[in-house]
Amino acid sequence: MKGNVIKYERDNIDTDVIIPGQYLKVHDYAELATHAMEGLDPDFHSKVKEGDFILSGKNFGCGSSREHAPIALSHSGIKAVLALSFARIFYRNSVDGAFLLPIEIEEDAYNGISEGDEIDIDVSKNEIKNLTKNKTYKMKPFSEIIGKIIEAGGLFNYKP
Amino acid sequence: MNIVEKILARASGKSQVAPDDVVFAKVDKVMVHDVSGPGVIKVFDKLKNKGVDVSKLWDPTKVWVAEDHFVPSAEKISAENIVKLSNFTKNYGIEKHFKYGMGQYGICHTLSHEEALVMPGDVYVGGDSHTNTTGALGAFACGLGHTDIAYVLLNGQIWFKVPETDYFKLNGKLPDHVMAKDLILKIIGDIGTDGGNYRTMQFGGSGIDEMSVESRLTLCNMTTEAGAKNGIVEADQKVVDYLSSRGATNAKVFRGDDDAQYANVYEYEASEMEPLVAKPFSPENISVVREAPSVDLDKSYIGSCTGAKYEDLEAAAKILKGKTVKIRTEVLPASISIYKRAMENGLLSIFLDAGVTVGPPTCGACCGAHMGVLAKNEICISTTNRNFPGRMGHVESETYLSSPMVAAASAITGKITDPRDL
Repeated sequence: MKGNVIKYERDNIDTDVIIPGQYLKVHDYAELATHAMEGLDPDFHSKVKEGDFILSGKNFGCGSSREHAPIALSHSGIKAVLALSFARIFYRNSVDGAFLLPIEIEEDAYNGISEGDEIDIDVSKNEIKNLTKNKTYKMKPFSEIIGKIIEAGGLFNYKP
Repeated sequence: MNIVEKILARASGKSQVAPDDVVFAKVDKVMVHDVSGPGVIKVFDKLKNKGVDVSKLWDPTKVWVAEDHFVPSAEKISAENIVKLSNFTKNYGIEKHFKYGMGQYGICHTLSHEEALVMPGDVYVGGDSHTNTTGALGAFACGLGHTDIAYVLLNGQIWFKVPETDYFKLNGKLPDHVMAKDLILKIIGDIGTDGGNYRTMQFGGSGIDEMSVESRLTLCNMTTEAGAKNGIVEADQKVVDYLSSRGATNAKVFRGDDDAQYANVYEYEASEMEPLVAKPFSPENISVVREAPSVDLDKSYIGSCTGAKYEDLEAAAKILKGKTVKIRTEVLPASISIYKRAMENGLLSIFLDAGVTVGPPTCGACCGAHMGVLAKNEICISTTNRNFPGRMGHVESETYLSSPMVAAASAITGKITDPRDL
């Protein structure tokens, strides 16, 4: 899975900035996408391309349980969020709804990957290649259940 | 096993579970509201297009529906969501739909306890992050997204990783003018907004035994702000009496085993607690009220599932009695039952005489939706639970989180004020 990185070098990006509360009443996925990251980065919509990744710090997606958050990112074209850690509901919503991959990374990837870098994520090897800088980092492997739900294509396709 | 392990073992048909086990737990109660409900309907529509049978719920008697985030409807999308929700409950035979303008209604988490909808030992999931609130009744209460709630509505179960449990022990009774809100802000300040991530936060000790059920609800409510999977207090006789007074006579005392294990134990001395605020822009950004910045406030907001239960209004009224507010102040009781009790016991007169506007139950401005959101550069003190950028309105507005007593004292002075200093 190849794409370019949009980097937010900060911790605790909450779902209120990913998709502000006034849009909670909206359930049209394409419209939600037009407001993605509005609370933090008004330029997000103009810079995001299909297949891009977000890179950020600790506790990504904290706060409200709104599934609008992974939906808005996914329908903006984001295929994966790479972060030092995730808040539990955002993580779970991303996987169970099959919206995007939440990938936990270590400090080396967080510090080593810059805005705009092209990376290649290989989930089967738990590896992230930085094609721009010719470096390789480890991603934390998915737990067994998460791996299986991702492989199935979301919770509704998963057979326990 | 501790109380959460006992609940999850029972619900998954196992004799024993331990942290990190993955279980499919049978769910006892489910809640959706006017945001997660339409989200679930959207998931159902997608499933239907893929040929999945969504014609029947697993058990409509275990589901209840609240109208809280966008009522009263300020514009047509919100109004249409309420219509969608009403059609949904009608089509699926859900009888417990608490409708705005038709008797009892209010914030979903408030209804869970006011209407005694959840029992000790239950697995209760809701389409809202503050579902954690109801853990104060001794239930495993956990917030989920739309896909997961749709899955529960159709299958009656959902997967959980059994969480590790941290035990927060309060020794002694909180001093006057210090509320449960101050304790939970203190804890979040100590462990951070990811300090409880994926974990259970359990509260106990002599100070919790002393505490009212409503105060315990405040503690469990804001475990969400520490990222916790759930918050919980073992159900004692107080919980049983509380539920019984609201018509649920089948509630029983429910505790963990004597040899329950906890990952970490944190101890707090009640006598050392003081009124606190969380400064912008994080619930972990804690300051003692007496050392808080001397900002000119524009507004005081006493509302939400966190800070507008009956006890919260009573505490605010005690401070506001005979005084006049200096800044725009709103009180929004969290349910009609609370509103009515506040009226019968004279609290509403105290608020109105002080110049406060009393509004209907709604999540409203707490989540920046409507009904009193903040303008650019406005500063608010609020009994709510989050103060991220833009949470209560403009992205350049600021919110300080506090107890109802601090919000009331600050309403009188226009500055962040310790109620002991009035």
